[in-house]
Amino acid sequence: MRNVQYREALREAMQEEMRTDDRIFLMGEEVAEYNGAYKVSQGMVEEFGARRIIDSPISETGFAGLGVGAAMYGLRPIIEFMSWSFCLVAADQIINNAPKMLYMSGGQFGCPAVFRGNNGAGGQLGSTHSWCVESMFSSVPGLKLAVPSTPRDAKGMLKAAIRDEDPVFYLESERMLGMGARGDKDFSRYLANGKWAPPTFEEDDNFVIDFGKADIKKAGADCTIVTAGRPVHFALEAAEQLEKEGIDIEVIDVRTYRPLDIETIVNSVRKTNYCVVVDQSWPFASVASEIASQVYERCFDDLDNSIIRVNNDDVPAPYNRTMEQEMLPNARKIIEAVRNVTYNA
Amino acid sequence: MNEATLLLSKKSEKTFMSSAAQDKAQANQIAPELSNDKLIDMLKSMMQIRRFEERTMQSYMQQKIGGFCHIYIGQEAVAVGSISALKSDDPIVGAYRDHGFALARGMDPKYAMAEMFGKVTGCSKGKGGSMHFFDKEHHMYGGHAIVGGQCPLGTGLAFASQYEKKDNVTLCYLGDGAVNQGAFHEAMNLAAIWNLPIIFVLENNSYSMGTHINRGTAMANDLRAKAEAYGMRYAECDGLDVLDVYTTFKREVDKTRNAKNPQWERGMIPSYKREGEANGPCFMNVKTYRYKGHSMSDPQKYRAKEEVEAKQELDPINRLVNLLIEKNISTQDQIDEFDKAAKAEAQAAVKYANESPDMPQEELFTDIYVNPYGPYKKGELPEMLKGKDLGE
Repeated sequence: MRNVQYREALREAMQEEMRTDDRIFLMGEEVAEYNGAYKVSQGMVEEFGARRIIDSPISETGFAGLGVGAAMYGLRPIIEFMSWSFCLVAADQIINNAPKMLYMSGGQFGCPAVFRGNNGAGGQLGSTHSWCVESMFSSVPGLKLAVPSTPRDAKGMLKAAIRDEDPVFYLESERMLGMGARGDKDFSRYLANGKWAPPTFEEDDNFVIDFGKADIKKAGADCTIVTAGRPVHFALEAAEQLEKEGIDIEVIDVRTYRPLDIETIVNSVRKTNYCVVVDQSWPFASVASEIASQVYERCFDDLDNSIIRVNNDDVPAPYNRTMEQEMLPNARKIIEAVRNVTYNA
Repeated sequence: MNEATLLLSKKSEKTFMSSAAQDKAQANQIAPELSNDKLIDMLKSMMQIRRFEERTMQSYMQQKIGGFCHIYIGQEAVAVGSISALKSDDPIVGAYRDHGFALARGMDPKYAMAEMFGKVTGCSKGKGGSMHFFDKEHHMYGGHAIVGGQCPLGTGLAFASQYEKKDNVTLCYLGDGAVNQGAFHEAMNLAAIWNLPIIFVLENNSYSMGTHINRGTAMANDLRAKAEAYGMRYAECDGLDVLDVYTTFKREVDKTRNAKNPQWERGMIPSYKREGEANGPCFMNVKTYRYKGHSMSDPQKYRAKEEVEAKQELDPINRLVNLLIEKNISTQDQIDEFDKAAKAEAQAAVKYANESPDMPQEELFTDIYVNPYGPYKKGELPEMLKGKDLGE
């Protein structure tokens, strides 16, 4: 098995799809001559040329909207936001135009575009650059929203996103780009324990992870943790610690918030009878709130305690390094939540 | 004043006629490439829009139409003149005052009216309404209701045709209010740096809702500056004169058609001239006027009645009628017949809309995803497109 970094997995997904479909192009800030602000698109302009790998000016409304128009015409744009924090200035294009075009046109014009980029705290970037957009955007019908947590998922899900006929918001994480599928410290612990799902990396060009299918990243009997994206790793870290305390956690990576695989979550909660939802956006009206609500609706009689949500603290992201870590839904908070919810506090 | 311009009120049975006022209007040179048939087609198209819009207003007053409804009366020459200069597969996209360019592009009025009635037979199946007409068959990429929001979409259409190495030109219509939106400026910049085959068509009717352009737009007296700022070609024409619109567009569309992206060549650092590229995008200032309010709910307190009346003296339809009669291309009797046909068509559109079935409950959950999941379902194409070859 190759040790493929998360950023390389994203690149491979785009390269493989672009080789078979000329309608796909990549546009964004610094994607071509700079080789990608985060090296995701490194070397792609060499392979595909300046017609298909396009440096845009810093003009998110312009190039995000261009992507929507090009998709209406019949192309398959991949629009890279250097950070999802920067998409806010393009809100009209990405949440008004992209997801509603099909409906407003009575089914005539869809928007098969992928909008992708880094989501969440990068590392002491302060509040304007640390947005987690999943809670805001996953409430909009017409779009699909994916939050991949591993290199394998990043590749398989991005290929699915590119092939999808609908607009996909693809939320990556600057903090995960260097994460490897093997040998990386973030992954070594999964391999150390046979019970945990080992990371694999498919070599098949047609390996695609369909949307709306949650992945049980670690099976367990005592408590369900529902999460996605970078917090999956916080949850696994917590699970490792809790295992030492004799609490066997099931970590469900929902992978896509829209569509949401509520069935897998419900089946898990019916088994464990306890549930913690972990989400890196703010708590008020968050995806964690939504998932908790849906679990309550379906599993009220199965739950042996209230659901606890672990979110970012309800504050703007601070610059201070320690406080930034403190603000995130980190392992310490998850461990506390699990102890509380399972009456082990 | 000419009574023909009051057709929307009780006097709507008046015909379009030549008048002394119009005789004073600038005499038109008929463009050499315009056949008599094409001139007559342009007249019929403008009459179709005018009579359709009168019925739209009437239906709105009868509460058959809801929401915001923006009437195109007065601006007919802009849509008709510009679209007459296009190839049939050139994309167009615009703002919410979209009835005119939808009809001029070839949409059957009955589907347009049914849309405003919220009927499932409407062009957007009753999901879009007056501000969101779409017509895939006629390469009409929509009316868009957020001011300026269509400008990046227009660049996307132009980008896509250039990417596909097709020789299309995109017309992106916008009102003068959109010039102050960031989306407009970002779109202009992208069109310039990539030399996209697009014409930004400013339908400059002097008012963004009730705010006069000089009150809201810096340098409104010299809009060429907006184009120069992006090294883009600038042109202007009289939007109340369909022949001027047509000839100006014909010239500029031809120049725009083969716009090539210099940056396809790696390492190419573009340079710019204030006057733009001969084969590149264009910013077209079309000076027009709307005779009705911004929308149906506009009491028009911001402008004098005399101002409207003065512009009505220049009615674009009457001007073309005058010319056709003067040049013996048509007779008053023929023109009366065209008008009768336009009225009948508008009336038939209302009848069709009235008699069409309402948007059914199950349509609420269709057309949200092409690949649906959960509660969503795959939708069918609108009635208008059934059995049509959409080139897919």
